[in-house]
Amino acid sequence: MNFETVIGLEIHVELKTRSKIFCSCSNEFGAEPNTNVCPICSGFPGMLPVLNQQVVEYAIKAGLALNCEIADYCKFDRKNYFYPDLPKAYQISQFDLPICKKGYLDIEVDGVKKRIGITRAHLEEDAGKLVHQGTISSTPFSLVDLNRSGVPLLEIVSEPDLRSSKEARAYMEKLRSLLLFAGVSDCKMEEGSLRCDANVSVRPYGQKTLGTRTEIKNLNSFRAVEKAIDFEVQRHIEAIEDGEELIQETRTWEEDQQITRSMRSKEEAHDYRYFPDPDLPPLRISREWVNDLRLSMPEMPEQARERIMDQFGLSAYDAGLLTLSPDLLAFFDECTHYYHDGKIIANWMMGEMSKLLNQKNLDIGQCRIRPAHMAEMLNLIDQGRISGKMAKEVFQVMFDTGSSPEAIIKERGMEQISDEATLEKIILEVIANNPGAVEDYRNGKKKATGFLVGQVMQATRGQANPALVNQILARKLNS
Amino acid sequence: MTISIKEVEHVAVLARLQLKENEKEKYARHMGSVLQYVDKLNQLDTEGVEPLDHILPVFNVFREDQVKPASNREEILANAPLVEAGQYKVPKII
Amino acid sequence: MELYELTLRELQQVLHKGEASATDITKSVLGRIHEVEEKIKAFITLDEEGAINQAQQCDARGAYSGLDGIPYGLKDLICSQGMKTTCASRMLENFVPFYDATVAARLKAAGGILLGKLNLDEFAMGSSTEQSAFFPTRNPWDLTRVPGGSSGGSAAAVAARELPFALGTDTGGSTRQPASYCGVIGFKPTYGRVSRYGVVAYASSLDQVGVFSREVGDCAQVLNIIAGKDPLDSTCVELEKPDFTSFLKDDVKDLKIAYPREYFQKGIDSGVKDTVKQALLKYEELGAIVEEVSLPHSEYALPTYYLVAPAEASANLARFDGVRYGFRDFQAENVVGMFSSTRAEGFGDEVKMRIMLGTYALSSGYYDAYYLKALKVRRLIKEDFDNVFAKFDLIVAPTTPTTAFKLGEQVGDPLTLYMNDILTVPVNMAGLPGMSIPCGFLEGMPVGLQLIGRAFDEGTLLRAAYAFEQHSDYHQAKPDLGGELI
Ligand SMILES: [Mg+2]
Ligand SMILES: [Zn+2]
Repeated sequence: MNFETVIGLEIHVELKTRSKIFCSCSNEFGAEPNTNVCPICSGFPGMLPVLNQQVVEYAIKAGLALNCEIADYCKFDRKNYFYPDLPKAYQISQFDLPICKKGYLDIEVDGVKKRIGITRAHLEEDAGKLVHQGTISSTPFSLVDLNRSGVPLLEIVSEPDLRSSKEARAYMEKLRSLLLFAGVSDCKMEEGSLRCDANVSVRPYGQKTLGTRTEIKNLNSFRAVEKAIDFEVQRHIEAIEDGEELIQETRTWEEDQQITRSMRSKEEAHDYRYFPDPDLPPLRISREWVNDLRLSMPEMPEQARERIMDQFGLSAYDAGLLTLSPDLLAFFDECTHYYHDGKIIANWMMGEMSKLLNQKNLDIGQCRIRPAHMAEMLNLIDQGRISGKMAKEVFQVMFDTGSSPEAIIKERGMEQISDEATLEKIILEVIANNPGAVEDYRNGKKKATGFLVGQVMQATRGQANPALVNQILARKLNS
Repeated sequence: MTISIKEVEHVAVLARLQLKENEKEKYARHMGSVLQYVDKLNQLDTEGVEPLDHILPVFNVFREDQVKPASNREEILANAPLVEAGQYKVPKII
Repeated sequence: MELYELTLRELQQVLHKGEASATDITKSVLGRIHEVEEKIKAFITLDEEGAINQAQQCDARGAYSGLDGIPYGLKDLICSQGMKTTCASRMLENFVPFYDATVAARLKAAGGILLGKLNLDEFAMGSSTEQSAFFPTRNPWDLTRVPGGSSGGSAAAVAARELPFALGTDTGGSTRQPASYCGVIGFKPTYGRVSRYGVVAYASSLDQVGVFSREVGDCAQVLNIIAGKDPLDSTCVELEKPDFTSFLKDDVKDLKIAYPREYFQKGIDSGVKDTVKQALLKYEELGAIVEEVSLPHSEYALPTYYLVAPAEASANLARFDGVRYGFRDFQAENVVGMFSSTRAEGFGDEVKMRIMLGTYALSSGYYDAYYLKALKVRRLIKEDFDNVFAKFDLIVAPTTPTTAFKLGEQVGDPLTLYMNDILTVPVNMAGLPGMSIPCGFLEGMPVGLQLIGRAFDEGTLLRAAYAFEQHSDYHQAKPDLGGELI
């Protein structure tokens, strides 16, 4: 039997406000346990929430970036459940009236374009963090850190439009880039500011109804999203083929074992008892407000892609890569202020630079190479002061030290030899020392040139300007 | 309106209230009598009536996105039944 | 006259004239508390040392203004920095907040002297103060009777001259009903007038801080201090805050007063009805226009309340889970067990009953039939009031169906007890300001007159109450603290 995979993603994004959603505690990551807390985000008796305006504006901007309808009216609800990291034993969230709904984003996988629906995006507060000794099932006790409690989240729920783990990954990457461009989140998966839960089911091709769905939690990298979905799809198919019954349940991704595991031994009924939070007046979002925010939106990746394709003749593929993050695009744009050829910039960014970043597991924001230096290096190549081959060495040093290419080639004596008199002298020596090769050349074996050029390069430790060497050599041999 | 012992048990689980065997019957009786009383509301036709979820005609109450100093950790933990390493300590989850 | 017998206004006069110091007043009040507290049992926490210290500092500052040197108490679910706030529950028996409720902070800043924390029904759930986990408070007019609730400690302390004023809260009548039972003034402001920050929530859409005093003018003064926008409470809204004392005028001429027929129907004690009708006659005598009206959905207010309040309470009280503060059962092996046994042991019966009810009303499959239905009826109740206030300035009614009942008399059947709130609950449902003032006695027990106003029109209530006070002396009657202690 052939199966179709159906995937929907629920993505929680931390909004990058200074303070939390309902109190004035800092929203920074990585502080000592329970040092970014107050009675409000710790759920003390008598405490009340007061909404951070910036949170609402970021949510609206995110909604605009995701082509959503922005609600005229929305409200907050209490989602009731007990857990040690949930201080009020309810999460303030949005139930029936989310701030954004009915959006979409476009992805492209293996050259095929596809539009993925976004059901809704709603605001909510994050819970704290439980620290276990060992695993959750073996730990004798757990510790509760409430620093994260009250961090503003936007939960973005996709339609079940995704059909493969590749599409899921493309969706996430696209979503991430849109949110980065909109400037509403850092989207750092490793710090948990972008988190993904995947709803996965399979069904025989042609079947209308959905198969039994499982929800995979704890996916904290793009790779994990792909791997976990692949694992889960395989598990579902095998179960169906073996005639086993699948149960609708929540599963967790075990990174070290590369498997999904059921999160509950016995299925516990969830009944969140949502109801409107009386402590928070509802929101009326005027169209003027939305428009003002729309006008304040920076250039989004799609527009940027068009622009750089247009302006620099880049391929759609290259332009797509350069617009994956605003940092990449900003780097590219800045380079183009100092260097005319966008294609060459793109090649270096996607080639050498991307390779070096990947080796060190860094992102562009952490790269020590300045765009102006990159442009300077490209100009040095054009001026013939360094060869393409030398440039790669220079680039490595730029990457390691952050120095300018001028400084590097000066300091290391790497400048290309383009002085004709110097080259002529060396070439005459090479000709004198290699009569056999010269003989071959004159007998019509043009290949001999290569050997002679190699000799010149060897004599100059690679610094001779190859174009000039070829020119002078030809002149001397033919004279 | 009567409410069964099973329903009482289910609600008690949701509310995280451990009930003794002899209490369940009492809760069933009391809840039953209140629910019977509130059943009176069904005399009213509320078709088309908007639920009143906020009594004040007030919208968009915001604070500015400003950070204020957090609480002192000793103070916030001072009332906790059990603390370790600056965190609340709770028994195992499962 | 002893200093402790004086009203807030009289104490201010004594201070201004230099006839007594804040320390003198505080000592006199503490003396009175020593004398009668054994009988009344209004205080959960009494901070004598702190009170004397505050009074001495106040005297050292010199010139008296605002509430300088005036002793007061807080219902023990209003958080007070460094002083236990128990909500009359085992759950919070040892809880010491490190923050002040906004109302507590404002009274402190105004120079008032906090003497202690006053008894209540556990988490404000009750109408007699018998649901306190610690002890019941007694009615100063008859120690065998309840003071009402849930702010029974506040009402009894003010009536017994243990305090010139106190704060309570009012979710379904918890300020007006005990004020009525104890023969003092009880004022519940419009929902949104006074900050709820730091007030432990029972039902967030209904809760409002209330004031107890022995004179209308005192109440207006305290309102001046505690009312007004609070950036820490999103429902405490920005509105021009009037000087509430400016409404203290003996003038109800042409004031349009409505009395709802539904508030005078069967189930309301005939003596209470007659007493209230006398008050209506008084208003007519003073030149007001008095007419009967109908609030047709009145009978649905109480059932609505018993869905809305427990539903909100079930969420508000979920935070008491033994993790961050309060009681914890250390025997439990895992977290779920710890939650369940902590809450089972930490909460009293009435609290648990309401949590169960509220959880049920919100639970899947019942939400529409119960909670949502109640929210719809709530709108109908509010619209009843809107219709009346389109034509009238004020609604007048009894505060309670009867005078104070005997301790132990209504324990057992929840519905009987709930009926005490039948005349006060509609006001909370509609978020309106309400007030109870003494308007007579039946067999030695006080009867309360309830005044209900338009939203944010506390002024008309104060004015009508003040006029009545000028033409009656019920507010000056003193309880003799008689009756057998049980
Ligand atoms: Mg969520
Ligand atoms: Zn906080």
